[in-house]
Amino acid sequence: MAELDQKVNLPDFPEYQTEDGRLKIFGFWVFLAAEVVLFSTLFATYLVFKDQTAGGPTAKDLFEVKEFMAETLILLTSSFTCGLATLKMRLGQKKGVLMWMGLTLLLGLGFMVMEIGEFIKYVGEGATIGTSAFLSAFYVLLSTHGVHVSLGILWVSLLLIQVVKRGLTPITSRKLFIAGLYWHFLDVVWIFVFTAVYLTGLVS
Amino acid sequence: MDLFDMKMPDQLIVWGNPLINGAWISIILVTLGIVFVLTKYKKWRWLWDEWLTTVDHKKIGIMYIVSALLMLFRGGVDALLMRIQLALPNLEFLDAQHYNEIFTTHGTVMIIFMAMPFLIGLMNVAVPLQIGARDVAFPTLNAISFWLFFAGALLFNLSFVIGGSPDAGWTNYVPLAGEELTPGIGINYYLWGLQISGIGTLATGINFLVTILKMRAPGMTLMRMPMFTWSTLITSVIIVFAFPVLTVALALLTFDRLLGAHFFTIDGGGMPMMWANLFWIWGHPEVYIVILPAFGIFSEVISTFARKRLFGYSAMVVSIVAISALSFLVWVHHFFTMGNGPWINSVFSITTMAIAIPTGVKVFNWLFTMYKGRIEFTTPMLWSLAFIPNFIIGGVTGVMLASAPADYQYHNSYFLISHFHYVLIGGTVFGCLAGLYYWWPKMFGFKINERISKWAFWVFVIGFNMTFIPMYLVGLKGMPRRIYTYREGLGWTGLNFIETVGTFVMGAGFVLLVWAIIYSIRHAKRDYESDPWNGRTLEWAIASPPPHYNFARVPRITGQDPLWRAKKKGETIFEEKTPLKPIHMPNHTGIPAVMAGFWFVAGFGFVFEWIPVGLAGILGVLLCMMWRSLTDYHDHHEVPVTELRDAAAEEIKNAGGRSARGVVNDG
Repeated sequence: MAELDQKVNLPDFPEYQTEDGRLKIFGFWVFLAAEVVLFSTLFATYLVFKDQTAGGPTAKDLFEVKEFMAETLILLTSSFTCGLATLKMRLGQKKGVLMWMGLTLLLGLGFMVMEIGEFIKYVGEGATIGTSAFLSAFYVLLSTHGVHVSLGILWVSLLLIQVVKRGLTPITSRKLFIAGLYWHFLDVVWIFVFTAVYLTGLVS
Repeated sequence: MDLFDMKMPDQLIVWGNPLINGAWISIILVTLGIVFVLTKYKKWRWLWDEWLTTVDHKKIGIMYIVSALLMLFRGGVDALLMRIQLALPNLEFLDAQHYNEIFTTHGTVMIIFMAMPFLIGLMNVAVPLQIGARDVAFPTLNAISFWLFFAGALLFNLSFVIGGSPDAGWTNYVPLAGEELTPGIGINYYLWGLQISGIGTLATGINFLVTILKMRAPGMTLMRMPMFTWSTLITSVIIVFAFPVLTVALALLTFDRLLGAHFFTIDGGGMPMMWANLFWIWGHPEVYIVILPAFGIFSEVISTFARKRLFGYSAMVVSIVAISALSFLVWVHHFFTMGNGPWINSVFSITTMAIAIPTGVKVFNWLFTMYKGRIEFTTPMLWSLAFIPNFIIGGVTGVMLASAPADYQYHNSYFLISHFHYVLIGGTVFGCLAGLYYWWPKMFGFKINERISKWAFWVFVIGFNMTFIPMYLVGLKGMPRRIYTYREGLGWTGLNFIETVGTFVMGAGFVLLVWAIIYSIRHAKRDYESDPWNGRTLEWAIASPPPHYNFARVPRITGQDPLWRAKKKGETIFEEKTPLKPIHMPNHTGIPAVMAGFWFVAGFGFVFEWIPVGLAGILGVLLCMMWRSLTDYHDHHEVPVTELRDAAAEEIKNAGGRSARGVVNDG
């Protein structure tokens, strides 16, 4: 019952309640379309260069199934927890939002730690951005994704502070919802990374 | 790479060349002059409150246009310098290096910092008014777009006095633009100036796309939108899909130069052709980003001054959409000669020629709009009329260039240069000027002096043709682009000399244009007429200049050319009986300008490869964004009904007691 009490003033789909909120959500979808083009260009670049190893390490030499599977599972789970947070937001359950979104952040952080660890290991094996076109494209594609995730962590942390301070209102809900769209989008990009970079790299 | 190694370039302050010394002195004098005037007349506060912190689309539009005119001057001076150097054989007015720098900055400034901001400025002024909106969808983001453009332009324009200009052409092809063949910081200026302003442009694309799709007044269906709004919508779509490619291309070259990556180097397995492809996958749609809005302006102007509705409205819409789709499928025609093979060249020849079809449809529609119209030869109409033949000359030579085998003869010759100047000046610049004249009275409440303007028009257009017709011919005689001098006896001398004279005539046309503007600011009668051209679309239904909230009452639209219909029927498009309601408007904010300042610091740091400075700038940008996120809960204010009522009374007074449509008779 306590949970129901919290819901009192929050309408269904709070994120869409204001004109401003609707515009911003639609605008963010358009922004994501631009992001699709950005990542497509990076993927195309990677696919052009994936065999241009210039005598340096190849994808097969570097990639380890255990590592990238773990990264993938962590990130996919974070998308799930992020989705649960959106559900809790719509139910008006502040505590649930904080818990699931907090968990999402921890998983995102875990992913970043693993990815940075992976990069450090590769550099230790002599595979730097300056080694070959393949590695230039690899690092830039993966880091662009990684920088997006890091910015997402910063962004969502900032939003959670606002939720704690102001509670779930149409405005904070809209902000959370948009950050959620961003987080899911990064997951979708990662699925392509998983397929086009890691899996393809192992079989070629 | 040592993170904290803040190495100095060879020449931080460029000094020695008399031209550059002169530029330094004039930059310092102009800056001091501006500071002096602002201080003397106590205008700093006014500058900050009214302009630097504004989120009003009309003011942002005006700032875009003023900046674009300044850039037109800068790019024009570059052109004059090049033409002086090429007037006669074996001149030594500019040396080879200086010439390379000047043609690079001329091209980049004219496309990125003149044509685009000019058109985006006109979009800002007109589009929300044309659709009956009170602002764009994201006013603060709109201000950020402008200030990012401004920061990028400022950074790029500093290059020639601080550290040295880029010198690899506006297309910045590798391997020439790579670290190995062009060390130093000039190319970095290109990369960061374009990167920063490009992010702003992307935001503009998103903003106008959402504005037009979501904020139209009730009754304004897509197929009732004015043609300029249509062209802005499609341009926004192109921006959203093209600009991220530029972002990536610039970033990859930055990594090559800064971090030793191997995207575009031959060693390490990179491919120089990758740059050409990425650049033109953005670059060709970019051509349509700067021509489609101009098409929209011509449609408005021609229909207004022929006193007829636009002929073939739906065909116009379909043509714009077709052009936007084709614009992404033709990029290879920029490098037919770089070894693509006959199949690929054939495909891209055909797609390129196909663009002539929708463009031809549009030309015929403009002609039919004028057919049997009562044409009024105002200055905006003159620019539009001049556009048609000049653009056709550019278009037809474009089809000639599109034929891949023939292109082996034309490419990199002055024939090509003349072609794209005919479409970019004859299309884009004429369009910008037509739009400037057309919407000027809406922005400021008075017209630009017609007599001086018509002189400016004729001088400019004659100078333009005098410059570029000989340029076609000298191109056919084999003169290549981007050479800083040439021998006697090649048959090029006479034509080159005529071109140079023509360029000065164009320059005189520009001076007359500026004179017309200054003269009108000082002497023109402020009649504040809401509808000075007997217009057809919504922007002419409200006061000139419009109140900051644009529409006291939201108009109701029942068809195309809503104002024209209302005037014919003697009706009003505003429901004057309904009581006025308070209006929500966004607050002014200093964040956009401050954030762009940090972007400038970041850009400057990365240009000189001073990593700590660059990172400090990025940190500042992030802090601005965080600040905004924490404080945007109360970023709107209410305009009270009393203010709306006072404005209405004021408008009636200005209009000499005549009914000022829509704001009178408050119930």
